[in-house]
Amino acid sequence: MTKPVMVRGARLYGEGDPVDVLIADGVISRIAAEIEPPAGVELIAAEGQVLLPGFVDLHTHLREPGREDTETVATGSAAAALGGYTAVFAMANTDPVADNAVIVEHVRRAGEAVGLVDVHPVGAVTVGLAGEKLAELGTMAESAAGVRMFSDDGHCVHDPLIMRRALEYSRALGAVIAQHAEEPRLTVGAQAHEGEQAARLGLSGWPASAEESIVARDCILAGHAGSRLHICHVSTEGTVDVLRWAKARGTQVSAEVTPHHLLLTDERLRTYDPVNKVNPPLRTSADATKVAEALAEGVIDCVATDHAPHAVQDKDCEWSAARPGMLGLQTALSIVVSTMVRTGLLGWRDVARVMSERPAEIGRLADQGRPLAEGEPANLALVDPERSWTVRGAELASIAGNTPYEGMELPGVVTATLLRGRITAHSGRISQPGGGD
Amino acid sequence: MAPRSRGATGPAAERELLTAGDVARTVARMAHQVIEKTAIGSADPPVLLGIPTRGAPLAARLAERITEFSDVEIPCGSIDITLYRDDLRHRPPRPLERTQLPDTGVDGRIVVLVDDVLFSGRTVRAALDALREVGRPKAVQLAVLVDRGHRELPIRADYVGKNVPTSRHEEVAVLLAEVDDRDAVLLRAAGERGRR
Amino acid sequence: MKHLLATEGLDAATATQVLDTADGLKRTLLGREVRKLPTLRGRTVITVFYENSTRTRVSFELAGKWMSADVVNVSAGGSSVGKGESLRDTALTLSAAGADCVIIRHPASGAAHRLADWLEGTSTSVINAGDGMHEHPTQALLDAATLRERLGSLDGRRVAIVGDVLHSRVARSNVHLLTALGVEVVIVAPPTLLPAGIDAWPVTVSHELDAELPSVDAVMMLRVQAERMHGGFFPSAREYSISYGLSEGRAALLPDHAVVLHPGPMLRGMEIASSVADAPSAAITEQVRNGVHVRMAVLYHLLAGEEARE
Repeated sequence: MTKPVMVRGARLYGEGDPVDVLIADGVISRIAAEIEPPAGVELIAAEGQVLLPGFVDLHTHLREPGREDTETVATGSAAAALGGYTAVFAMANTDPVADNAVIVEHVRRAGEAVGLVDVHPVGAVTVGLAGEKLAELGTMAESAAGVRMFSDDGHCVHDPLIMRRALEYSRALGAVIAQHAEEPRLTVGAQAHEGEQAARLGLSGWPASAEESIVARDCILAGHAGSRLHICHVSTEGTVDVLRWAKARGTQVSAEVTPHHLLLTDERLRTYDPVNKVNPPLRTSADATKVAEALAEGVIDCVATDHAPHAVQDKDCEWSAARPGMLGLQTALSIVVSTMVRTGLLGWRDVARVMSERPAEIGRLADQGRPLAEGEPANLALVDPERSWTVRGAELASIAGNTPYEGMELPGVVTATLLRGRITAHSGRISQPGGGD
Repeated sequence: MAPRSRGATGPAAERELLTAGDVARTVARMAHQVIEKTAIGSADPPVLLGIPTRGAPLAARLAERITEFSDVEIPCGSIDITLYRDDLRHRPPRPLERTQLPDTGVDGRIVVLVDDVLFSGRTVRAALDALREVGRPKAVQLAVLVDRGHRELPIRADYVGKNVPTSRHEEVAVLLAEVDDRDAVLLRAAGERGRR
Repeated sequence: MKHLLATEGLDAATATQVLDTADGLKRTLLGREVRKLPTLRGRTVITVFYENSTRTRVSFELAGKWMSADVVNVSAGGSSVGKGESLRDTALTLSAAGADCVIIRHPASGAAHRLADWLEGTSTSVINAGDGMHEHPTQALLDAATLRERLGSLDGRRVAIVGDVLHSRVARSNVHLLTALGVEVVIVAPPTLLPAGIDAWPVTVSHELDAELPSVDAVMMLRVQAERMHGGFFPSAREYSISYGLSEGRAALLPDHAVVLHPGPMLRGMEIASSVADAPSAAITEQVRNGVHVRMAVLYHLLAGEEARE
């Protein structure tokens, strides 16, 4: 039984007057203007900070099993908790690949053992992410891991027939197929967004059309199959247009955008520092503006980090040899504040929608992304919107340090995270379950 | 372009060692010395090679005077030492100057190297190296307008326009109309150990 | 100037200085029996080539040796990707071993930039001898030297660069350098061999070689690499040659004074007719000769004043 907690003086969704929120037995037991703290309660002084439902990340690479030198379920969970997350979806491109019940159950159990964040394994769509043969989706769905999202992320399920089958088959499982949209024939050797910067730097182009053509194809396939499709890391203006069209005709398609595609552009590539290498690549400022607007409009449903830890030797090398990806869990909220809240594109209630409620719906998580109301599960994130912080890769909880925001001062600080009523992170520190604190 | 000699100075501490008239007289005197010492008229005339920047016009003037006094045409040219300097590491790259040998070449001739100021001797050493690459003179002599002392190598001049005792901190600036719009030799106090 | 990584950003004054020095070196060495200057005595120059290129490596090696530098050639077979020592470790090793200058050829665009980043704080200079599809600055400098020598001046001249601009580091370096020196550059290539985003370059683009030739002072033919011919960038070598090869008939469209350049190695017959390559208008062997002088000049400019730079 965890100790009751009281958040004193928080503004729910950043709205109205500060209220006290009493949490006991994993749920919000009372919300009132002023609550007399019961004996033995743990107090969190919110002092007018913003209380939101805990964040849900549909796109995290925890690297376990296989690359525990860069991240583990434990370190990734800590990063998630510190970033305000209460649930993460761990991508399947581990080594071995999470294409079977054994691996997904292992990841699920590892997450539970750490206990800082709900870790939901994503299952691979195809065996070994090879794109050739469907993995045992049903077995993974019915395993103890209860997989409800499948993705070959890192690779595109490029064969239209395999994609069609996956969409159709997953319908019976109530699952969603999350597509890494990249037509591989158009991105052979691709290193950077195909455009002015890549041309100047002599980097092989990753054309927007390689993403857009797959998104269009898959929206059509999902529409015909009557299945749920999720588009990972939308990065181009054209994809937004395709999504708008598909949604208008009733296709069950959802989409995510990463914080880095909201903030960063291919201007960054001038230094050839592979910390800026990511897949899909950083695009133009016009693309960044359009995806931000699409997120505000709801054409893009949510923010997902694509948190991708990499070892120093895989990043501190020549550009083409470097692995794509960047850390994201601890910086996501701040980037959203910087690009969406400070710009007036989103209010705090919208932040709750794009970082918690919609991803929970897409991932079919019943107890996440819930309203801030009495009787609801106490998965919460407390955010100080006024404070800012300076990013230091070495100080982040991840083993790897590949943050593109090194040295940047970012607005918005996650001051506390609660998972089912238990404090997992507070004032930048992790509270280990069962620990004295 | 600032005078080649040595660094920035305030105008405050500046003394004129030679006026334009002094420079002309000095060159004339040196011309006579060359005529005498190289036995012009009885042997192949010497070849004058100026060390750019200011050694080159100085060599031309000297040759002109010699011809004037002896009626003998004096082959004259320049030899760039930039690529032979031993202080490349310590100075920013400089543009190469022109090496121009007279048609006579230097083989078997007396070569008189001409420079404005003789200081450490390193420039002359570099010039000797450069000269070796372009031919084999019978003998090499050295003419300088000013010898300011402080030699770092066993080198001495055969013809000296003026000996000027200096401290290391001072700078000697030779101005020539071809480069600087007027003739003069100035002594400047460079203050705290200037840029050399 | 500590490194020479690209011609992008190289200002006209600095570029002209290097070209002037190259001229001076050429004059100095002309007709000499012993081509040896003591200028870089005691300096160590290391060439590290991750791609084969006899032409460029030999040119750099001669440049260093003619200036009395100790030149060490490291040939790194194949690519460093995923095997053997990392490029970073190689860089730090060479610098620690006492390299005053590392000359690198690498298949990855930006490799020379990375090397310079890693060597920040050391006195080692880096020269980019070709990085992926990015730049090959000394090639552009030697092309400019050759053009200047032939044409007398560069400002206001018009130069056509023809062929595989998409994959060409030579084209990129030439576009930056020539435009900085006041040259009007016209790019002639099929659309498949032009990079997306070329609109931002300070050039005009054409798909019709015949229309451009009468008005140019020089034409620079780019290499077409074998792997491109099978990459579907154009239907066939024959069709490429018909549209973009410099045939004898096409060369006749050039003004009399126009110069023909090719960075080599040439695909005779396809990119350029043999008779054109060997005609007096072609400056291809001069390019090679000037290459050594230009690289000497670059070494001189990078390694002089090393201790005054801080």
